[in-house]
Amino acid sequence: MLTLYIPMDSVACAVGADGVAAEFAAEAERRKLDITIVRTSSRGLFWLEPLVEVDTAQGRAGYREVSPDQVASLLDVDLAANGDHLLSVGLVEQLPYLKTQQRLLFARAGITSPLSLEHYLAHGGYQGLQHAARLSHDEIVAEVLESGLRGRGGAAFPAGIKWRTVRQAQAEQKYVVCNADEGDSGSFADRMLMEGDPFLLIEGMTIAGLAVGASRGYIYVRSEYAPAIAVLREAIDIARTHGYLGEDVAHGGHEFDIEVREGAGAYICGEETSLLESVEGRRGTVRAKPPLPALQGLFGQPTLVHNVLSLASVPLILSRGASWYRNFGMGRSLGTMAFQLAGNVRRGGLVERAFGLTLRELVFDYGGGTASGKPVKAVQLGGPLGAWIPPSQFDTPLDYEALAAIGAMLGHGGAVLCDDSLHLGQMARFAMQFCAEESCGKCTPCRIGSTRGVEVIERLLAAPDSAERECQRALLDDLCDTMQYGSLCALGGMTPFPVQSAMRHFPADFGLDTQEQAR
Amino acid sequence: MNAQQQDTLQQLLQQYRDLPGGLLPLLHAVQDALGHIPAESIPAIARAMNQSQAEVHGVIGFYHDFRTTPPAAHSLRLCRAEACQSMGSEALAAQLRTQLGVDDHGHTADGQLELRPVYCLGACACAPALQLDGQLHARVTPEKLSALLAACGKEAKC
Repeated sequence: MLTLYIPMDSVACAVGADGVAAEFAAEAERRKLDITIVRTSSRGLFWLEPLVEVDTAQGRAGYREVSPDQVASLLDVDLAANGDHLLSVGLVEQLPYLKTQQRLLFARAGITSPLSLEHYLAHGGYQGLQHAARLSHDEIVAEVLESGLRGRGGAAFPAGIKWRTVRQAQAEQKYVVCNADEGDSGSFADRMLMEGDPFLLIEGMTIAGLAVGASRGYIYVRSEYAPAIAVLREAIDIARTHGYLGEDVAHGGHEFDIEVREGAGAYICGEETSLLESVEGRRGTVRAKPPLPALQGLFGQPTLVHNVLSLASVPLILSRGASWYRNFGMGRSLGTMAFQLAGNVRRGGLVERAFGLTLRELVFDYGGGTASGKPVKAVQLGGPLGAWIPPSQFDTPLDYEALAAIGAMLGHGGAVLCDDSLHLGQMARFAMQFCAEESCGKCTPCRIGSTRGVEVIERLLAAPDSAERECQRALLDDLCDTMQYGSLCALGGMTPFPVQSAMRHFPADFGLDTQEQAR
Repeated sequence: MNAQQQDTLQQLLQQYRDLPGGLLPLLHAVQDALGHIPAESIPAIARAMNQSQAEVHGVIGFYHDFRTTPPAAHSLRLCRAEACQSMGSEALAAQLRTQLGVDDHGHTADGQLELRPVYCLGACACAPALQLDGQLHARVTPEKLSALLAACGKEAKC
């Protein structure tokens, strides 16, 4: 009997995985072959999708970019014996791209079936909660604090400090809110995790609820991720049926349950206070801080707000221990980070590695440069609010502090590559336009500044002479300064990053000559 | 709204009125059921959720997803974020302009297809991406776009 593994990840399906699975089933039926097709999560090796894997004596062998019309020829060869075929990539786990990764969070990616609780338990699932149930609330918090985990959403705030604050707050009702409003271009790790390993997020939230004394959790997922919403809702039902959510989640009488809330297409709702407003059923306008959400968050109650990957890191920290987790990473950036290679990249996908590898390793060793084959012009790291980084800075280690030192940021770990077909003057304009489109409107620097920013950049790009260019550039610098220091949240505050980094590193795209820039 | 739509609305109001922070889930449910949020439904929604009509209008207007007019038969959402731009999404937008005469937030002359920009569909490793009638498509080439349009009855004009 032949067992095939075909991803059900929405992007694998967007490039044809469903059709391939259907064709395998149909062709096997025609040939009266005994095959089992297991729909799994994706390995995150997206350039190979649809990647079909087959059980062999040596492990799972893979076949890349399979299309339905190649199914018959695949079934002609002896797949179970790692048969030779044009599409063969050999043993999947021996691929250097995957073999050199440190898959902690994504240990089950591509291996298990997302909605199989049985698979989850067989691959280490719920060991973190089991361990947490034996500890006191304060001991769980101490473990998270000790692990050095920092928020993976972008701000990189020490998670344990947040946990302690919520733990110590006195209130009848507390909440755990998962920020799954992954709107940054170039990011898809949250999506992969929610679609591919939903029980891990549920377990992480349950442990968080136990530790801080919250009985209710919300997962706020952007509406663009409809498949993730469906998977999470089903997984929550399954977890509830098996007693992993509900009145007694850890055999100590602790109640915890989760509700999924769907966003409605507002990028700003990825900002935590705006997200809380949205869960409360209002316009997603940013709240001034303080008060911190940890003290007065959802419905005015103490609330632990975390990104998907922060919460998903918790089960491992509890099951393997904080000191084990600290072995990964460098400096104050501990553990692993799910880097995501996107845009004009030859081998786009998920790269989970300990902090500290260089951008060059990420872009070239993993990514293989651009898909177009042209030289890499720049990488935008950390989403639409992240800086454009030129190749001369690719030796920077991927670590929060090292990136901050060059005026860049890691954000959520997404890296968008581009070649010279992308005009960074236009991308600077786009950054302002995006901010104008998505600004919540609460503070003036962001609401008005972004629109003025589009206009100034348009004038700069159209300037007839260097005197006019200089004039517009001075205006733009001043505007960026106002936005950066005067905005209420990161949207207005960081939109200057892509704008100014593009201008600094690619002056030619603005008609500025390098000497002018050097002054 | 016809009687059936009124009934649907009443059922949804009953279902969501006591849900904490239930306005967004309610609006989603109304839109899923009726295709849009009819302007006539807003007073009833406001009453049920104990909010002012202005607040409900404010929420509908704030979020890109909510609409108060019926949708076209086909909805195309082309990703315009950085990763897709680096792989040619602007050329796809230009193709839609020349082939169908449709621009961002616009619709074809026959009103059958509407085009909306979207900023990230999470398919950035297989850019460019688009969503056609809710279905995600990635690694979209000009040829693939033409084929998708043809499949939903939108042949290229030129």
